[in-house]
Amino acid sequence: MESFLVSVTVFALAVFVGFEIITKIPSTLHTPLMSGSNAISGITVVGALVAAGASDSDVARLLGFGAVVLATVNVVGGFLITNRMLAMFRKKK
Amino acid sequence: MTADSAIQAAYLIAAILFILGLKGLTSPRTAVRGNLMGAAGMLIAVLATLTDRQIVSFETIAAGLAVGAVIGIIWAVRVQMTAMPQLVAAFNGFGGGASALVAAAAAFLPGTIEGVPPIQVDISVALSAFIGSATLSGSLVAWAKLQGILWWQPRGLALQLLSNASALTAVVLGGLYVLDPESMWLFAGLCAGSVLYGILLTVAVGGADMPVIIALLNSCSGLAAAATGFVLGNDVLIISGSLVGASGFILTQIMCKAMNRSLWDVLRGDLGQAAAASPQGDIYAGRVKSASPDEAALLFDVARVVTVVPGYGMAVAQAQHAVRDFAQLLEARGTEVRYAIHPVAGRMPGHMNVLLAEADVPYDRLYDMDTINPMFNECDVAIVLGANDVVNPAARDEPGSPIYGMPILEVDKAQVVLVIKRSLSPGFAGITNSLFVNDKTLMLFSDGKKAMQDLAREVRDL
Repeated sequence: MESFLVSVTVFALAVFVGFEIITKIPSTLHTPLMSGSNAISGITVVGALVAAGASDSDVARLLGFGAVVLATVNVVGGFLITNRMLAMFRKKK
Repeated sequence: MTADSAIQAAYLIAAILFILGLKGLTSPRTAVRGNLMGAAGMLIAVLATLTDRQIVSFETIAAGLAVGAVIGIIWAVRVQMTAMPQLVAAFNGFGGGASALVAAAAAFLPGTIEGVPPIQVDISVALSAFIGSATLSGSLVAWAKLQGILWWQPRGLALQLLSNASALTAVVLGGLYVLDPESMWLFAGLCAGSVLYGILLTVAVGGADMPVIIALLNSCSGLAAAATGFVLGNDVLIISGSLVGASGFILTQIMCKAMNRSLWDVLRGDLGQAAAASPQGDIYAGRVKSASPDEAALLFDVARVVTVVPGYGMAVAQAQHAVRDFAQLLEARGTEVRYAIHPVAGRMPGHMNVLLAEADVPYDRLYDMDTINPMFNECDVAIVLGANDVVNPAARDEPGSPIYGMPILEVDKAQVVLVIKRSLSPGFAGITNSLFVNDKTLMLFSDGKKAMQDLAREVRDL
């Protein structure tokens, strides 16, 4: 139970940090914010790796494989497209 | 223990990099660096996880990473900027789907997650499966709508009841699953109910409301990741997930506020009072002044300040480059060109900004609604290009209007308003626009891209 409370604490504090930072992001960058934060939510890949790499159950490994594919698309595609967009904002005459 | 501590330390570094990365997005100058910091954080987190001693087979992982990376790279490199809303919608769905799959894997491996009490695992698995599955199916519906392959938009009480029933079913099955985590049938039912709920929740949402639903799904994909963090007792997932959840939630709020509608109304596909209540058609008869490109070009001969108001129509007509060319022509003649961006212009938050940035319009020419509205007084010509409801004065002046109270761009304060539009057809709200019959307004009936090119040619000939 104690570890659960620690997790909830971490969750609550991170939400506050998120609110503080995100409210300062200008509307011009809201699309890159969405794609970039999307890439960050691909952090699920960490859980997917554990599920795909555990050998006990073939079913779990198959599910893990699917999770790794989806999360990796999210991470790789998300950071790449964000970079592509932000590069357009940077070039300025 | 030391190996575990090292992994935890790496996760902490990753979480810090994510936070600093988001902080970088507070300015266009630091944004690229911020994004790279986020990517670096992800790399560290992945590499640290690969050293985890629970992982004994690397073939599946390598295959999954390779397949995912190839799909991600191809998609990100080839996508058009106008298709960005679809891409973000699809990626939201993948994030939710990945979380649901990890939850399913955890459900098949009972008791193998060290250091996490079984009851926390079971509850979190149910939560992660619920949010993740609903995010997946909801995002795919949003994607299909944005891609233009799904037009079905049912509304009404029956849909409401079905939607609520599916949510309730999923919650009940989730509760039963927590009591009996051995039952895979309950888990499968939970997932099926959640998938159905995601579909029913998003299917009523129409075109101009898409920014809200994409922001909401963005938030959900983050919460799904956080729920997965609770399953695995992993703080980096919880931190990253809640950052994304907060981000999507803030954007959802901004979008709702910019439309003066509650999230609830948007999800029901409800436009407030019945749009049919307002008089249709007649208000335009004999009162609309239209202009040809050569007549309209005369407006720009003496204009000192021109403001462009782009809407979704500009994206559809792919007119952003033609707008840029026209603006550069005016600037060469000594005219100041500004761009007024309504928060819900386009199909996702910030959509117009990205399209204009793609066309090399400097971002300091772009003004948000609150900044530009007081500046319309000094504007000689306002060009409304493919926008409709967001410039409708009824939102400000007619308490009976369905969109009354929605903040608008006050283009009618400019000296002259040039509205470029294919026809007098109503915008998403389905109501007439009194701006079109304003004494100051000239209509130029044309495709957006062609109109900008025609105007540029005529202005060159002046």
